[in-house]
Amino acid sequence: MVQFVLRRLINAVPLLFFIAILVFFGLRLSGADPVAYLVTDPRISEADRFMLRARYGLNDPLWLQFVHWLVGDDWYERDVTGDGVPDEHGKRLGVLRGDFGESIRYRRPVTEVIGQFLPNTLILGLSAYAITLLFSMGIGVTAALRQYSLLDNVITTLSFVTYSMPIFFIALLCVQLFSVEFLKRGLPALPVQGMYDVRGDRSLGDLIRHLILPVFCLSAISIAGYSRYVRAMMLEVLHADYIRTARSKGLSERRITFVHALKNASLPVVTLIGIDLPLVLAGAVVTERIFSWPGMGLLFIQSLEPIDPSVIMVFVLLIALAVVISQIAVDIVYAWLDPRVRF
Amino acid sequence: MTPITATPSRSLAVVQVSEPSQVTSPGQIMLRRFLRHRMAVVGLILLTIILVFVIGGALIFSESYANQLALGEKFKPPSLNHLFGTDSVGRDVFARMIWGGQISLMIGIVSVVISIIVGTLVGLISGYVGGWVGSLLMRLTDALLSIPTLVLLLLFSRSLVGNTSTLVILGREFSASVIAIVLIIGLLNWMRLAHIVRAQVLTLKEQEFTTAAIAVGARQTRIIFQHVLPNCLAPIIVNATLGIGSAIVTEAYLSFLGFGVLQPTATWGNILTGAQARLAEVPWVWFFPGIFIILTVLAINFIGDGLRDAFDPRSHH
Repeated sequence: MVQFVLRRLINAVPLLFFIAILVFFGLRLSGADPVAYLVTDPRISEADRFMLRARYGLNDPLWLQFVHWLVGDDWYERDVTGDGVPDEHGKRLGVLRGDFGESIRYRRPVTEVIGQFLPNTLILGLSAYAITLLFSMGIGVTAALRQYSLLDNVITTLSFVTYSMPIFFIALLCVQLFSVEFLKRGLPALPVQGMYDVRGDRSLGDLIRHLILPVFCLSAISIAGYSRYVRAMMLEVLHADYIRTARSKGLSERRITFVHALKNASLPVVTLIGIDLPLVLAGAVVTERIFSWPGMGLLFIQSLEPIDPSVIMVFVLLIALAVVISQIAVDIVYAWLDPRVRF
Repeated sequence: MTPITATPSRSLAVVQVSEPSQVTSPGQIMLRRFLRHRMAVVGLILLTIILVFVIGGALIFSESYANQLALGEKFKPPSLNHLFGTDSVGRDVFARMIWGGQISLMIGIVSVVISIIVGTLVGLISGYVGGWVGSLLMRLTDALLSIPTLVLLLLFSRSLVGNTSTLVILGREFSASVIAIVLIIGLLNWMRLAHIVRAQVLTLKEQEFTTAAIAVGARQTRIIFQHVLPNCLAPIIVNATLGIGSAIVTEAYLSFLGFGVLQPTATWGNILTGAQARLAEVPWVWFFPGIFIILTVLAINFIGDGLRDAFDPRSHH
């Protein structure tokens, strides 16, 4: 198994490299200038601008900037004063030597910035994901056991409608209902901004109150999609021969449903989890925007305009790496759950 | 997913040959299956109503009216004068829903056409031809799949910010960002389809009719487009239908975040641009576009579901 994991990780290296090239050149070819907003001040002289750009290595040719990003520029001497004579050594070590660069916006190492936003996104994303799994399993199995009943039809229609909703609609509806309208009527309104009350004590209870609405919006849509999937998988399994065998052996319906059927129906769900769970790291761009949740999605949007290349590169590569690792994990879990699958 | 082979339907036709008037083609069987799917018919009706709204409405309200600024009239709630209220610069939301609907639907359809062409080609080439070209294409597919779609789209559409040029197509003036958004959504959404088509092609490649075609000396392009491709059509069509809905939602997300189609051209997504700071005070600005997006996507999802059942010989609803 160690060999399997190692081989898969080595296979992922060209993939990550490919993504790095794609994003690095894609970003810069679109004409984005990372320090544009720093140099709009008319009091800054031309020489200062040149020096500022040089400090970030932006005067070098694009391919050389990529090399510097990758392996660092401490071996490279560049012209900072604009007189055509190289006069200063670079200070960066490059991604391959563990230096992920500095955020232009925050003037701090990218790892520090990401470390500040990532936990917030994990709190939001993982609680929403856990709730999604819990509810969609329950709803999906219930609907499958009562196929074409009134309950099944209601669940199906509801999940179709919810699934078709853009998330900003649910989110804004929630804000309108539970904050604006509740406040108007003097009811206990739910907070819709940030993670904690500004003057609050930053307690767990405060955090949970702030979590309710964004988690509800995020999970509502995913529950709709997931429960449809669980229902379909469950139906497929319930019609299999071994379920009939189990029934003819006289096993209880409860045992058939939860041990024989659900275990096999959850195999494809594992694949789905493996696809979606790593994407939690990316945060929920739209939801975090609406609820001002200081997570990865908000960080990403901030880093787009004005562009903050180091942050975006680490952001994208972090997610891609998580995707790769999660795929490997899925394969291992699969081999464990299904004895027919071998490495 | 099983490919639709001609066998089951043909044997059906043979059984019924004693009554020549009742011979049913595979197409007729599918149509009948589709029409028996109640929700699919509801979806079809819903979509027709929306189409009548965006096309018929354009005969009543002109586009210049939809784009007319009236700063004194900004953020007026719905009234008889403005059925859906007015937006951040006093434009009539109802008229913008009509003209924006055309653009949103157009973005959905054209971007799906692009992604279908790219996805099918990549799937066919990497599945049938294989080799280093095939594996390079799959590497690209996997690379794009390991970045969340919205992140990928935002990365590329950020370059649109500040580009305010316009284009004239068929006598109508568009913001050039419409074309850019169509291209971006179309060119970054073909990966899942490519995987589906590739898997389909890999199984079809081993089947007898492909071997037979090779044996009689058919050219490779002929085998791919005459024998293999028609058997991939079912998943492609289902994917295309559902893709239109998700492209419309995607455009709305991009516009909501400020990286979508630029003013004055309206879309269902960018009607709420300019009101972000005070969305809670002006619910009509996001409520009506939201409802129309939901109804359209719902209709499209119902139709897609119906098509999937109609194409799948295993489903007996």
